[in-house]
Amino acid sequence: MKIKSNIATSENGFIFNPATGDSFSGNAMAAHLLIAMKSGKTGHEIKKDILDKYDVGADQLERDWEDWMIQLKEANLLETEG
Amino acid sequence: MKKLEYEKPYIKKLHAGVMNKFGTRTGVQPVKSIDGVSVKSLIENYGSPVFVLSEKQIRKNYRSAYRAFSTRYPKVQFAWSYKTNYLNAVCQVFHQEGSWAEVVSGFEYRKALGNGVPGNKIIFNGPGKSNDDLKIAIENDSLIHIDHFEELNHLLNLTKEFTNKPRVAIRVNMDTGVYPLWDRFGFNYENDEAWTALSKVIDSGKLLLVGLHCHIGTYMLTTDAYGIATTKLCNLAMRCQIQLNHKIEYIDMGGGFPSTNTLKGAYLPGNDTVPSIDDFAEVITSTLLNFGFANEYLPMLILESGRVLIDDAGYLLGTVIANKRLSNGKRATIVDFGVNILFTSFWYEHQISPAQDFMPHSENMVIYGPLCMNIDVIRESINLPPLNPGDQVVVHKVGAYNMTQWMQFITLRPAVVLIDEQQHPHLIRANETLDYTQEPELIPTHLKASK
Repeated sequence: MKIKSNIATSENGFIFNPATGDSFSGNAMAAHLLIAMKSGKTGHEIKKDILDKYDVGADQLERDWEDWMIQLKEANLLETEG
Repeated sequence: MKKLEYEKPYIKKLHAGVMNKFGTRTGVQPVKSIDGVSVKSLIENYGSPVFVLSEKQIRKNYRSAYRAFSTRYPKVQFAWSYKTNYLNAVCQVFHQEGSWAEVVSGFEYRKALGNGVPGNKIIFNGPGKSNDDLKIAIENDSLIHIDHFEELNHLLNLTKEFTNKPRVAIRVNMDTGVYPLWDRFGFNYENDEAWTALSKVIDSGKLLLVGLHCHIGTYMLTTDAYGIATTKLCNLAMRCQIQLNHKIEYIDMGGGFPSTNTLKGAYLPGNDTVPSIDDFAEVITSTLLNFGFANEYLPMLILESGRVLIDDAGYLLGTVIANKRLSNGKRATIVDFGVNILFTSFWYEHQISPAQDFMPHSENMVIYGPLCMNIDVIRESINLPPLNPGDQVVVHKVGAYNMTQWMQFITLRPAVVLIDEQQHPHLIRANETLDYTQEPELIPTHLKASK
């Protein structure tokens, strides 16, 4: 799952989609994930990085990652495949 | 190295448009304890879900309601509405405070007797009193509120079997300006049916007419209706005194005062829109005092309040089972209590608080119960911080009707705990068991499981 390349993100969690005009605000973790995703890291790498740095269990992170993907999809921020 | 604090990733779409005059703050605060007892320990000790009642709040509500009326009128009596919550411990709190009992069935009547309420302090309302119910009420000299002519005739027949004169009141329905009219209980005022019934009671010489009663509605949001109802009952009482030379001892205004819950579809929260008990007291008592009764013949004022005295003293504690996203991306949270034990979620937008600290972001979500039924929706739309499975929640203002109208369905009904004024929890109704629910069942021999 890749984030759309034209999405603009800021370090403090503001997200803008120039194609639709939609804007979003996210919390610190959302900002962190977006920057990591834009840098080209895989989901596996991003999750490993979070488990190393943050106080969270693997199960919880896995659940939240799935929910995060649904949020991005619903917000139309993910690259459509094919 | 100490790890950084984690929070769920969360994005929220920003909408440009009209500012919301109420602001964006949800006001959600964690509720970690009730009357000094932690939510965590209550769930650990009594299971989840669990109903919790605050004795302190019940007594506070009763005393403030009693004060509102008794400081304005010399003769006031409350009668606890059993159907609102007839757990014996709850009834005893009200009886200790001085409440009589107001019952609407033989089942409730016998509960009141079992709670030690003297027969002459039990008010027997309701349209469905059986022959046995009426007999026991006559034997105990209770106040029988007559609902229809069948019941009146039945009582007249029964008087042959007793030496004491049954004490009765006429239940009156009327137009109070609130629609739809509650005209299914009692005798109508406007078409003079109430006067006919009242005259028949007095003319019979076999029944003692002591009171006039009305119950004009439920969750009444206007005090004016009570002013109209009081005037109409006073009219009847005065007419009775002048034309039939019979003095009415009491006027019973029933219940119907609202709690501060927010009704579904209401624009503003209940806290901001519901008249206070003082507002109702002012209208009722000033109407009585100004009506023109001689001071020595002022009728006693009886009130049968239920909801307003206990709703905010009740909490339902529960646990989050799971989260999911609906087809439109909306968050749904599934909790371990359903509409079968929280009947009032059909009427109210119950306030729900997390019982632990949470992240500052909140999200609009739907709260579902665990029943495998589409109607099992606790809140259709509520802003709460995202909750994790295992997190605990507190539902507020659930003390009225839920513990009497709850339904056993696919699971067992939970325990009820009362926290006393010294902050000690007491189990007042144990969790149901499979054996308890199966005890009345019988299996014909040919259907018994073969060993």
